[in-house]
Parts: sequence; C-alpha cells; structure tokens
Amino acid sequence: MRKFRRIIKNRHLYLMIAPVVIWYFLFCYMPMFGLVIAFKDYNVFTGVFESPFIGLYQFERFFNSIYFWRLIRNTFIISFMGLVMNFPAPIILALMFNELKDGAFKKATQTISYLPHFISTVIIVGMYTTFLAPENGLINNIIARLGGERVYFLAEPRYFRMLYIIMDIWRSVGWGSIIYLAALAGVETELYEACIIDGGGYWRQLWHITLPGIAPTIVIMLILRIGQLMSVGYESIILMYSPATYSTGDVISTYVYRVGLVDADYSFSTAVGMFNSVISLILLVTANTISRRVGETSLW
Amino acid sequence: MIKKSLGRKTYEVINVIVLLLISFIMLYPFYYCIIASLSDNASVLAGKIGFWPIGINIKSYKLVFGYKAVFHAYGNTILYTGLGTAISLTLTVLGAYPLSRKDFYGRGVLTVFFAFTMFFSGGLIPTFLVVNALGLYNTMWAVVIPSAINTMNMIIMRTFFQGIPDALEEAAVVDGATEMQTLLRIILPLSLPSIMTIGLFYAVGQWNSWFSAMIYLQDSSKYPLQLVLRQIVLQNQVNEIIGTVAGSLTEDATQMVSENIKYTVIIVAVFPILCVYPFVQKYFVKGVMVGSIKG
Repeated sequence: MRKFRRIIKNRHLYLMIAPVVIWYFLFCYMPMFGLVIAFKDYNVFTGVFESPFIGLYQFERFFNSIYFWRLIRNTFIISFMGLVMNFPAPIILALMFNELKDGAFKKATQTISYLPHFISTVIIVGMYTTFLAPENGLINNIIARLGGERVYFLAEPRYFRMLYIIMDIWRSVGWGSIIYLAALAGVETELYEACIIDGGGYWRQLWHITLPGIAPTIVIMLILRIGQLMSVGYESIILMYSPATYSTGDVISTYVYRVGLVDADYSFSTAVGMFNSVISLILLVTANTISRRVGETSLW
Repeated sequence: MIKKSLGRKTYEVINVIVLLLISFIMLYPFYYCIIASLSDNASVLAGKIGFWPIGINIKSYKLVFGYKAVFHAYGNTILYTGLGTAISLTLTVLGAYPLSRKDFYGRGVLTVFFAFTMFFSGGLIPTFLVVNALGLYNTMWAVVIPSAINTMNMIIMRTFFQGIPDALEEAAVVDGATEMQTLLRIILPLSLPSIMTIGLFYAVGQWNSWFSAMIYLQDSSKYPLQLVLRQIVLQNQVNEIIGTVAGSLTEDATQMVSENIKYTVIIVAVFPILCVYPFVQKYFVKGVMVGSIKG
C-alpha cells in the first residue's frame, strides 16, 4: 500500500501516539538541548539563548578543580567494587535456587529475596542508618555485647564504600536473580543428561553446560551494567553520605546534584553531568562493540 | 534413578542452610523494626531487644499517627500514586499500541526516538530547568509527569500487544471499529494481566519515590510519605513529632522516645508494601521474565 494511503488509514494511531511523542520531546529531548548551557555562563534571568557563550570554561573548571580526581576515584572504585561483588551475586543466588526442588520452600525463599527491591531507598537507608548508629544501633549493641568498641560507622570514610556495596547487594540480589533463573530454565535438560552419562559430576556440569548456557544473558546484563557504571546509585548515596564521608563517598553524580541544586551553579553542574553521560555512553558502546566482536551476543 | 553421591547430598544440605541464612538476613531488619517499635523506650535504648519485644506498648504509634505531617504525607502519597499510575499507564498504552502495529508507518523511527532516551539523557539540571520553565515547580504535577513514562515498560507492553493475533484486529476493522475502539474493546481486555503488571511496576515506583518531590516541591504540605520519612529518620527531625504532640518533655525523655519513633515511622511507611507484596509479587516476576526474554 502506498505510504500516503497507509498514513491516512492509520491516522488515529498517530493521534494516539501524539501525546507520547510530546512527552518525550518535552521531558527527554528538551533537556538534551538544554545541555548547551554547559558551554555558557548560564544566568537564570538572561535565559538560555542570551547567556554568553564561554566554550569549555566550565569543563576546564571541573578538570582543574581540587575535587576532580577524588570524584573520578570514588566513582570508579565504587562502581568496580560493585561490579566485582554485586554482579556475580544474583548469578550465584540463581544457581542456588536452581538446586532446590520445586516446592513451598523454594517459592518462599525466592519471594523473600525479592522483597528488598520493593522497599523504598529511604526506608532501606533509614533502617541501615538506625542499625549502624553509634549509641543505640543494633550492630553496635552486638559489638558492645561481644566486648568490642562502638564505632560510628557512617561517619568514617574508610567504611563508606563497603557499607554502600553491602546495602546495594542486600537490595538487589534477589530481584537480579530472576533473570538468571529464567535463563537457567532455558538450558536443555538433554545436555545435562548427556554430561552425566559421560561421567560428569556437578562441577563438570556447571562449567560445561550451565555457565555456557546462560552466558548470553550474563553478557547482556554485564553490558547494561557497564552502561550504568557512572551513575552509581546516587539516590542512596545522597541519603547515606555526609560531609564527613565526602572523601570516599562523593561520586560524580552526587557532586552534580550538590553543585547544581544546592549551590545553584547550573552551568557548571550541567557540564559535569554531561561529562558523566558522555563517558557512560562511550563505555556502553565500547562494551557492546567488544562483545559483538568477541562473541555473538550484543545489545544491538 | 541415578544415585546421588554423598558429596552431592552434602552440597544440597549446605545450599538449603545458606538460603535459610539469606532469607533470615532479608527479613530480620523488618522484624527488628516491628518489635522495636512495639517495645518500651528504655529497652530499645539499652539494646535489650533481640527476638521479642519487651514491654509491649503502642505509645509510639499513637505519637506518629498523631503527627499531622505523617498523616498528610500518607494522603499525598496515595494521591500521587493513584494519579501517577493512571497517567503513566495511559501514556504507556497509547505509545505501545501503535508501535505494535506492523502497518504503522514510521514505527522504526519512533522506536529509535524512544529507545535512545534509555542510553543518553540531558541530566539533572537541564531536566530541572525544563520542568520549572513549564511552570510545574511546587505543583504535584512535577512529581507525576516528568517521570511518567518508563521506556522499558513501554517496550514490554509493546511486546505483549504484538502477541495478540492480527486476526482479531482485522475482524474489528471489518466490523467497522475505529482504532480507538479496537484498542479499548479488544486489545485492552485481552492484555489485562500485562497491563496490571506494568501498572503495578509504576505504582510501586511512584509510592517509593522521593527525589522528584525533594527537588520540585517547596510546600511541606505537599510532601509524600517517603520524604517525610527521610526527614524523621535521616535528618533527625523527630523533635517536631514529640514537640507538637506530646507537649514538652525533658531532654532525656526526648532522646528515649526518639529512637522508638524512628522504628515506628519506618514500619508505618513500609507496612502497606509488606502487606500487599506477597499477593502481588508473582505478577512482577512474570512481567520481568516475559519482558526480558522476549524484549
């Protein structure tokens, strides 16, 4: 059918999707155009177009700032720690669930493990903070009972990263295991049987059948994760950190928030944020390309 | 039947034990908050609470529910969740349906237009400035509209719609139905499970949200529950509760009561989710599985 006739025939579909397109334009693409203020000395009163163009000044400011290396260091350390510890955790949990026979116990443990995902960050960090409190927190009470000294965990920079990772694992390991469980279910049972006949024990099966079977899923999830490396859970960090722990906990995305919304240094914040997004995109495309060259799986 | 080796059996037992441990770690924090909120203040402070509440009383609950801000915030959250879910679902369906139709000209371009936003965005400040420029600052719309559409959800819904046989749509056209009627009378009733699932995703997201409210809302009377929770538990504004409701207390008494209040407020905020969760979680799980495998 001619294009024109198709459009006329389906004109109502265009009407339907119009509000959606408008929404995307207003709330996704206009902010993208707004990135231009990163190159300007934005003044709220003079507006976006009138504010003077100053090129890469804001970016230079960022690169030369005393916080630059600290932010890069914290962002990458927390991200990689998260990657190393939080990425395998759901896979291992899925393997453990897979071992169970179907039944009430299996369902119950799975259901329980998904629960933290549905609790708001505020509640989770709230519980966490209350438990870690120096005077009356549960953890410190146990430490004191065992004869140790109470520690003000959340005020000590050296504990911050670990604490954040632990919280993140607690929160997401159950929900993350769902995808891997689905992938595990997709591995054909004949392969396992063939392996057993060939004399393969549990570890053989795991290494030669199970893991290769879910490898495509693992790769896709890894690529997606790399795409989020730079935006390291800033909501929870904002709730957890304090000036005392900025030295280890302040990441690029939390800095963007502070500098932008608390100090209202809009242009600067946008520049830093843009830097973050661009690095993120580069990482994502790189990871996807490598994956496509090396194996067969990729996001696109 | 292949006999299991002793090693295999041991492994299975260890597996079960570890999973039990994990379940315990997931549940205990909630349990502790419940029993601490029901105990008397002195025991909480002395750290005597372990597995049972001591000195059961509901004083702290009375205090918390008497605090107008909590009450008000609860109402706000219910409003935002209801409104937000309705708006989100409507927009998501309106976007997903045309995308699912093979004869929709421009389908590919629009899909890229939508999907690109999953990989790149303007960032915090540009979005903030746009929302303000649209006049939404300090209104409830700022909490509900900028975050209305989750592209992943829309793609999942498109996949569900694609699963509906074309024959049904064609039959509707033959019977003279317009696109809108086809959508409302045929497609939607058939996709009810998936719509419910996506709706639940949005609802939970909106219930738990606090960041948008924090940056866009100025009047504390508009604050949702999570934001008030943050003030109380993380920013230690417990004194307002005690001050406004219980009259004046000595400083020691304030310290005693405030610990308890934190646990109580946490439970008050999390309770609806805990109740609804067991019944609703299977929808989520199915939604994720279908969405991720097919999408």
